[in-house]
Amino acid sequence: MAGSDDIVLADLSDQDLVQQMHDDLYDGLKEEIVEGVNILLKRGWTPYKTLTEALVEGMRIVGIDFRDGILFVPEVLMSANAMKAGMAILRPLLVETGAPQVGKMVIGTVKGDIHDIGKNLVTMMMEGAGFEVIDLGINNAVEKYLDAIAEHQPDIVGMSALLTTTMPYMKVVIDALKEKGIRDDIVVLVGGAPLNEDFAKAIGADAYCRDAAVAVETAKSYMMRKHNQRVAG
Amino acid sequence: MTSRLEELLSKRGRILADGATGTNLFEMGLLSGDAPELWNATEPDKIRSLHQRFVDAGADIILTNSFGCNRRRLALHKYEARTRELNRLAAQHARAVAEAAGRPVIVAGSVGPTGDLLIPLGPLSEDEAVEVFVEQIEGLKEGGADLVWIETMSAIEEMRAAARATTKVGMPFAVTATFDTAGRTMMGATPEAVATFLQNLRPAPVAIGANCGVGASDLIYSVMQITEAVPDAVVIAKGNCGIPKFVGEKVEYTGTPAVMAEYACLALDAGARIVGGCCGTSPGHLAAMRRALDTHHLGPRPDVARIIECIGPLAAPPPDAGAEPAKRRGGRRRAVEAPRPNAGRMLPTAS
Repeated sequence: MAGSDDIVLADLSDQDLVQQMHDDLYDGLKEEIVEGVNILLKRGWTPYKTLTEALVEGMRIVGIDFRDGILFVPEVLMSANAMKAGMAILRPLLVETGAPQVGKMVIGTVKGDIHDIGKNLVTMMMEGAGFEVIDLGINNAVEKYLDAIAEHQPDIVGMSALLTTTMPYMKVVIDALKEKGIRDDIVVLVGGAPLNEDFAKAIGADAYCRDAAVAVETAKSYMMRKHNQRVAG
Repeated sequence: MTSRLEELLSKRGRILADGATGTNLFEMGLLSGDAPELWNATEPDKIRSLHQRFVDAGADIILTNSFGCNRRRLALHKYEARTRELNRLAAQHARAVAEAAGRPVIVAGSVGPTGDLLIPLGPLSEDEAVEVFVEQIEGLKEGGADLVWIETMSAIEEMRAAARATTKVGMPFAVTATFDTAGRTMMGATPEAVATFLQNLRPAPVAIGANCGVGASDLIYSVMQITEAVPDAVVIAKGNCGIPKFVGEKVEYTGTPAVMAEYACLALDAGARIVGGCCGTSPGHLAAMRRALDTHHLGPRPDVARIIECIGPLAAPPPDAGAEPAKRRGGRRRAVEAPRPNAGRMLPTAS
């Protein structure tokens, strides 16, 4: 894209650069995002400020247009990949600087289901929003969820299914959580094309998340409630 | 050469495809998470019995139990080495029931998506996808399928790969896509774009259309856009039996036989000539659809208001249903046409 129209990121003011990074995230331009993150860090921005103001805010805009049926999976995947490239730089720095952690999530596609597009989007957007996400990948039997919960003690468990033949398996997992007596310790979020709000309620999930943007909003509001309870208690 | 499907269409004008496979197999004991395709080997009587019940209900086309029967999906259950065998068995079961029907019944070899995204969004090249489909389709052909029924597709590139594979094996084919995201496929392809792309394929599919998705109402709306874009195509409507609900320990769908009969009439009025049901559609629903197909006098093309009045509201309506389509935000770089993976999405070219 060289030429007279080219934008030199390093020449932009902080404010314009952040604005430009939002546009570049929207356009899924990975190299530009990496460049932008490095410039901000060099200018003395903290990793946390860079994450929240440049990347998370940019993905929030992407999420809105995804929710509204303006952007679709291909565009959002490209955006998420650009975000991920920026995150790869920031993650070790965030750990070093002890940036605030919003919460912890274990996520996976249920047994028999290979479709992980939605799950991957949720993972990236949750990470972008400051969650630590343990991604179990595809095809997870109930034991895998239970083991991961025991090991990582997450605040949230996310399950995804794209097939009508696999979505009832979510209930198998939730029933197992009840049996173990740990259902109420964890927020269970479910998602996937064939699901709906009533279905989620009927299987005993806390919420149905229509897409990745909704998943992030829902997760944040549950963490807020949990935080408030802790303060109140 | 005219395919058996085309022959039957020219004789009948409108024909009935079958109902759901996966969701009906649950009723017969399949556990969620397990591979329905393994039942082709372990529970052949149950597979044949489901086909038989659809034929008894009046189906002219039955789909083989092979939706997820490709190497990449079967690998989840470590059955990938049995891909060809399980497809062959799937076709043989349907063939046996079709042969014994005493009237023409067409065996359509179901081929679902690989489950992977194609490069650059995912790991699979289009050529690799073709190979995955070829293996499956060879099994279906060996087992006696009349045509290949490529279904629940959302990416244009994957439809092209499946069509190429079918042509390579030398079978006629039909293609249906799933429009479940604001009136488009998950990958953002509109019904018009999909229909135009499919109609321009050579060899052309014998039928195209929509299946599955978020409910019967939304599907009719997609079908209307397809018949409008390609009025000469033979169009398939294979919608879900309403919306899934958990009732007690079981998943049930909101569509009643009466609703599905209404849906069948609307599908015909929208220009579909092949009507069936997807998830949740039982043989009981299908029998009601058979009666509707046999007795319905073609009415005017429906509009959204009539769809809603007859079978309920759209579950995920497109933002442009009756309004100006929503626009992408303008980024500065985009002014000079930023490179995007799907830049050609709206105007795909046939291969």
